[in-house]
Amino acid sequence: MIGGAVLASTLDLLALSPPGWGATLLSGLAKSVLIALGAFGLGLLIGTLGAYGKLYGGPLARDLLAIYTTIVRAVPELILILILYFAFTSSINTLLLSWGFERIQISGFAAGIAVLGVVQGAYATEVLRGAILSVPSGQIEAARAMGMPPLMLAWRVTLPQMLAAAIPGLANLWLIATKDTALLAVVGFAELTLVTRQAASTTKAFFTFFMAAGMLYLVISVFSTLLFARLETWARRGQVRPGTS
Amino acid sequence: MPDENLQSPEAIRVVELHKSFGTHHVLKGVSLTAHEGDVVAIIGGSGSGKSTMLRCINFLETPSSGSISVAGERVAMHPDGSPSDRRQLERIRQSLGMVFQSFNLWTHRTVLENLIEVPVHVMKCPRDEAIARARKLLARVGLAEKEGAYPAFMSGGQQQRAAIARALCMEPKAMLFDEPTSALDPELVGEVLQVIKGLADEGRTMILVTHEMKFAREVATHVIYLHNGLIEEQGSPEQLFGAPKSERLKQFLKTVA
Repeated sequence: MIGGAVLASTLDLLALSPPGWGATLLSGLAKSVLIALGAFGLGLLIGTLGAYGKLYGGPLARDLLAIYTTIVRAVPELILILILYFAFTSSINTLLLSWGFERIQISGFAAGIAVLGVVQGAYATEVLRGAILSVPSGQIEAARAMGMPPLMLAWRVTLPQMLAAAIPGLANLWLIATKDTALLAVVGFAELTLVTRQAASTTKAFFTFFMAAGMLYLVISVFSTLLFARLETWARRGQVRPGTS
Repeated sequence: MPDENLQSPEAIRVVELHKSFGTHHVLKGVSLTAHEGDVVAIIGGSGSGKSTMLRCINFLETPSSGSISVAGERVAMHPDGSPSDRRQLERIRQSLGMVFQSFNLWTHRTVLENLIEVPVHVMKCPRDEAIARARKLLARVGLAEKEGAYPAFMSGGQQQRAAIARALCMEPKAMLFDEPTSALDPELVGEVLQVIKGLADEGRTMILVTHEMKFAREVATHVIYLHNGLIEEQGSPEQLFGAPKSERLKQFLKTVA
């Protein structure tokens, strides 16, 4: 049976122990997910600060943030990654050398998080800015009237209230983050796409490996969508859904 | 005004308050003094500046000039009227329970969480103590059954009663009401007024902006009629409602009756 033989050889190729490439693919997947998590987290941090800066910052902060979000959102991510990756690593080394330290090899992992995080931050700034504006002013006014300090107000009133409005946009950003990790293949980082290409070109089983990689990305995305749906339900607790009353 | 010595201590004093929004001069020098136990009702037509006056007391609106003192302590201000000592203002705000026209309960928290939010997190009151106090207050405003409910699922009257309980839970020195029944369906107004009347009866200091003339007459110890950003007439409720002097107030009382 030809079908049976094809299936058997496919399973051999994807087996977890060598000569199967399964373990390599999974470790690439793990690296992709970790980078995406790091970049998403960094993006959230930049986005929160960016959104508050754009809304309540001085003129200088607003202008700088406008430049940041405009440029990052205008330039293709692949180009940004190449620019930021090389600029980031070489400027750190320039700094180190000028302070009299040795040149260091920057881990692709840290650089990947930093680069993708900066890209995510620009989009997150806009998502969160819109979400903060969606919080009814009375909610904030009540907290001010009761003497709540500004930082606590942001943390305990504004952020939880804007979460429901922000989650659909943030879920998109997370999915983009998981797929953008594939772009790090161009700078030689061994994430899922790069190891898939290695496996495919070594074994010439292109279809098998790229299908397998595609399935892995799909699994992440389905799982994430479910998680974000639950998160959104939680964030919307206390809200009357349109059409139910 | 009777002799100051015979009166209870001063709770709130507003002196020569001005407020402009851009070129629009809303308050043109208004003053009021409320002693402990006073219930001051501010009445007036739409656009008279009555809500703005109330909101200036806890600096939700920044006065353009004038001064505000709470329990004898003057709120520190920059020359442009903005508060200059954030911590002082926060402390003073905690002593003023504000009730809004649109309730403004936090929608992501249950009724009980709304009540204990500021006592626990801002005023650092032990959680058990705050919860016990909150439950007592909820029972008092008739919402003992609703402590686990989210505000959006309650009626306007219930939300406003919860909002009053939330303000009381800070154990404020005075209460500020900004048209507390204006957003309510007519059949829900009574239950809220009843709660407010209960507070007046127990001698709480309150400043109340309202359209409910009958209610103002019933609970107020002093009534201020604002017109165009100025106090047109003030005095006891019997005086203002029974024998108004100014033509404008007579006209106003006729239109709202």
